[in-house]
Amino acid sequence: MQYIDPHAHMISRTTDDYQAMAAAGVVAVIEPAFWLGQPRTHVASYADYLSAILGFERFRASQFGVHHYCTIGLNSKEANDEALAEAVMEILPLFAQKDGVVAIGEIGYDEQTALEDRYFRLQLDLARELSLPVMIHTPHRDKKQGTLRSMAVCLEHGLSPAQVVVDHNNEETVRDVLDQGFWAAFSIYPSTKMGDARMVEILKRYGADRIIVNSACDWGISDPLAVPKTARLALEQGVPAEQVSLACYANALTAFAPSGQISETDWAGPAVIDQRTSFAGNSILRGGREAVVTGLDSAF
Amino acid sequence: MNDAAQELLRDWTARQAPATGREWLDARLGQIGAMTPGDPAAERALAIAFGQVPRQLGRGPLALTADDIAAAEAVRPGWRPQSWSLEGAARILLLLRCPSATPDTFHARFQRLRRAADPAEQVALFQGLPLYPHAHALVDEVGEGLRTNIRPVFEAIAHHSPYPREHMDEHRWNHMVLKALFVDSTLAPIQGLDARANPDLARILRDYARERRAAGRRISVELWRCLGPFAAEIGAVDDLALAARSDDPEERAAAGAWMEREHF
Ligand SMILES: [Zn+2]
Repeated sequence: MQYIDPHAHMISRTTDDYQAMAAAGVVAVIEPAFWLGQPRTHVASYADYLSAILGFERFRASQFGVHHYCTIGLNSKEANDEALAEAVMEILPLFAQKDGVVAIGEIGYDEQTALEDRYFRLQLDLARELSLPVMIHTPHRDKKQGTLRSMAVCLEHGLSPAQVVVDHNNEETVRDVLDQGFWAAFSIYPSTKMGDARMVEILKRYGADRIIVNSACDWGISDPLAVPKTARLALEQGVPAEQVSLACYANALTAFAPSGQISETDWAGPAVIDQRTSFAGNSILRGGREAVVTGLDSAF
Repeated sequence: MNDAAQELLRDWTARQAPATGREWLDARLGQIGAMTPGDPAAERALAIAFGQVPRQLGRGPLALTADDIAAAEAVRPGWRPQSWSLEGAARILLLLRCPSATPDTFHARFQRLRRAADPAEQVALFQGLPLYPHAHALVDEVGEGLRTNIRPVFEAIAHHSPYPREHMDEHRWNHMVLKALFVDSTLAPIQGLDARANPDLARILRDYARERRAAGRRISVELWRCLGPFAAEIGAVDDLALAARSDDPEERAAAGAWMEREHF
């Protein structure tokens, strides 16, 4: 089975992770713009981050046969630094139209402050202007209230629920999100929050319509194989294969395809990996290791 | 040169783009052509249009005939757009259309676009080097580009372009050639390779060949072309002779040809 991990902060992961993901059947990843575990203090480092997830990270993924896409946005945590947030809002339009950008995200609330609300709304307007899907990060604290509020604000700003992926759901939020017609995404974490066994129970209870599974793997304890592992557990427990495929592959594709930047045809041909296009002295291949070449194409 | 190049680029991109894309491009060209250099709103419009090109025009190799290639050579000797893309050509056209009175204006604009560029945009920005006004002001930008890890970006500078031979000093030139070998790229598409050969580059390549040999790794047969003319001067005749006895027939032929030519 093929998988998409539609929420993975690959910039924090190793080449071993890419190899393991590719071997497990992950054909594509979506890297949402987020914070780095600590706040940036200058807009220039934010700009460099955005160009890194658009550029070098995409290139790095291609070396392992994984198709890499990203979302562009100002996250809710850094929205609280008003000077930084104003400057980031100015540069977002320069990045939001680049190749491989499938949504504005991940945006939304953290502590539900006035500044978070202001920049969330401005970015919803940007998404509407550029006809891009939106990826919502729902808060970890006061989650239920924050989730309801996120959806209400999206509707207030004229977005259609089909255009919005509400992420980091749990048993308490899923019903409302599905009832209102939004995409409901679940981040599967190894120990805390949502685990794969709980995810399988949700699939059994709600089916797979508009449900999306992701790993949200980043610099914290997280598992880049969470999507294929959840799929395997679901199959073992009798969830029909079509439903597993919807939740772990096809729904993400349908949700983000309106960006015009992601399509099944991207990986329809034979896998193309050409590590020779990387630089032997520097980052991916280290001196002396021979390159893997399974197809030939220039990645760009 | 600039106007004639713009005309060619407009023709090539317009005939390959869908009608809606053509309209979009012409509207942007009109808007950008009328901008005041340095006006932040205009620079922002340029940056957004630059990113939007593939969404509006599509993407893929630029389709060129033999006549087009000859026309390019006539407008700008050494300009070889054969490896350009449709979207890259349109991006270069947008940049050429911007009024830029001084080298500083153009440099600042180029730098701003380069710093926010994704790899495909970087390829376009550097492929356009032969056509830009005030191109010499960009040598440090080009140096930055050569530091890339992404081979297509490196090749956008080094290959099929008269820019390196015309504008790079010897140090930058030598390191570009060495890096081409390091990243398993090729030397043949570098313009001026023989004209700009020099003893220091030959010495660098001699040491590089020895390092590869010690590690039991293959040595590009193209290396001897830059080393051969200076083999005696830099004490590399033994290196040539060793390569001329190689198990690898290609290496044997390449080094052997230099042995004969220089009567070693
Ligand atoms: Zn995240």
